[in-house]
Amino acid sequence: MKSKKLSIPYIAWMVVFTMIPIVMIGLTAFRDKAGGFSLEPFTKAWDYRFVFLKSLWIALLSTVICLILAYPLAYLLTKMKKSTQKTVQLLIMVPMWMNFLLRIYAWKILLQKNGPLDMALSLLGIHGSYIGNTAAVVVGMVYEYLPFMVLPIFTVMSKIDGGLIEAAQDLGSNNLAVFKKVIFPLSIPGVISGITMVFVPSASTFLVAEHLGGKDDVMIGDVIDKIFLNDQNTGSAISLILMVFILIFLILMNLFGDEEALA
Amino acid sequence: MNKKKPGLPSKIYFGLIFFFLYMPIAVMIFMSFNSGRNSTVWKGFSLKWYGELFKSKELMNALGNTLLIALLASVFATILGTAAAIGINNFRGKSRAVIQNVSNLPIISPDIVMGVSLMLLFSFLGVLLHFEMGFWTVLLSHICFCVPFVVLNVMPRLRRMDQSVYDAALDLGCNQWQAFCKVVLHELLPGIFSGMLMSFTYSMDDVVITHFTQGASFNNLSTKIFEMLRRQVRPTINALSALLFVAIIVILILINIFDRRAEKREARR
Repeated sequence: MKSKKLSIPYIAWMVVFTMIPIVMIGLTAFRDKAGGFSLEPFTKAWDYRFVFLKSLWIALLSTVICLILAYPLAYLLTKMKKSTQKTVQLLIMVPMWMNFLLRIYAWKILLQKNGPLDMALSLLGIHGSYIGNTAAVVVGMVYEYLPFMVLPIFTVMSKIDGGLIEAAQDLGSNNLAVFKKVIFPLSIPGVISGITMVFVPSASTFLVAEHLGGKDDVMIGDVIDKIFLNDQNTGSAISLILMVFILIFLILMNLFGDEEALA
Repeated sequence: MNKKKPGLPSKIYFGLIFFFLYMPIAVMIFMSFNSGRNSTVWKGFSLKWYGELFKSKELMNALGNTLLIALLASVFATILGTAAAIGINNFRGKSRAVIQNVSNLPIISPDIVMGVSLMLLFSFLGVLLHFEMGFWTVLLSHICFCVPFVVLNVMPRLRRMDQSVYDAALDLGCNQWQAFCKVVLHELLPGIFSGMLMSFTYSMDDVVITHFTQGASFNNLSTKIFEMLRRQVRPTINALSALLFVAIIVILILINIFDRRAEKREARR
């Protein structure tokens, strides 16, 4: 039990399958096609700066909408019986177990021209196209990642000591004050991890924008996928930049989380 | 906190969220019974897409590959991850923090970066050792992103475990292996199990990493659906989704029944 040896296979594994691949991305990003040192991949990556911004924008929108939907849901969930909580949690998770692509495909059917949504709205006399725009991409993202926002917030909220809430009530706080002074501040760590778990995958995902978005809705993940076939160097440079962005984001979120915990 | 029955507004809110979550799946299942080829026009009830699904060698083969990879990856990741967690738990201070952070890298780094980096590794090694990407590279990649989840699930259990129980087992005449099985594994089992379950579901769900490491000839469900979505969608996909959905529900119900039984047994003790 005292032995550290048991972790040796995994440490070796991590060196081969985690460290070396990342180093290889780094090395590939600073080379030209001939294999010599070059900054050309980064100058080429600069061409995609607007795609980067668009990806961050879509990810931001998706994260905010997930938060707005998930926070009340998690809060209401804590007010339910334990057995109901378990069932509802499962029901929120079930769509996640369908394949990622099938979920996108389902939205493709739903939003397509003459599809169910179009039919339903045309009964009200509204006609329009619901696929091939940024809104459709955001809807798809929210659908893919909403559970990642609900579950951490709920976990943190359900661990809040009931005694604190009773104490606040005894001291004369009404429900709103209890929420503002006790529940909300204590739920911040859950919100932080929820934001992280939604923002990171939605900023970097591919295929969602390809299938639900229009011509202008290209995300950085799609670019990496397309470019990597012909130009591994530029592909690596973009991957490296994406990775650095995400690390900075994670560090910022961590700092923010710690400060909240201290306050 | 007083737990009341949910009020009307909260019921409506839950209703809307569940509508949002299940509507797309319901439409897909509904369309799987459509005899028409087009997913916008209803041409009457038919089970023909289910028949075609089972006749399609490619799709059945892909399903087999998906299940095989998920099973092998989750079992292997569970063994590797559990051993790793026990080992890491004995490290202290800085070295422990470093190991844990590296271990978490596959979780925090975007799927696409991980997929691309593994592809670079495998194509480099492939030239060096003369192999091509396929089943094995996909399996290795899946193990890569599964192990961290096992470590994360087992670690908290280890920390809560009382070291003296293990020592007691040794004092009472167990050899190290017996003490390990009877005390340590027994304590860790729930964590090991949830790590394995998570690994299995992540492996089933993965598209991105498989896409980059599949090579030229290997296909599983994800890559097959990927291909179909880019080229031409056949309604067999709807039938497949419907069956997957039913399978998930059945598995969940079974797990629930087992859980209840286990709880009752615990309560009786």
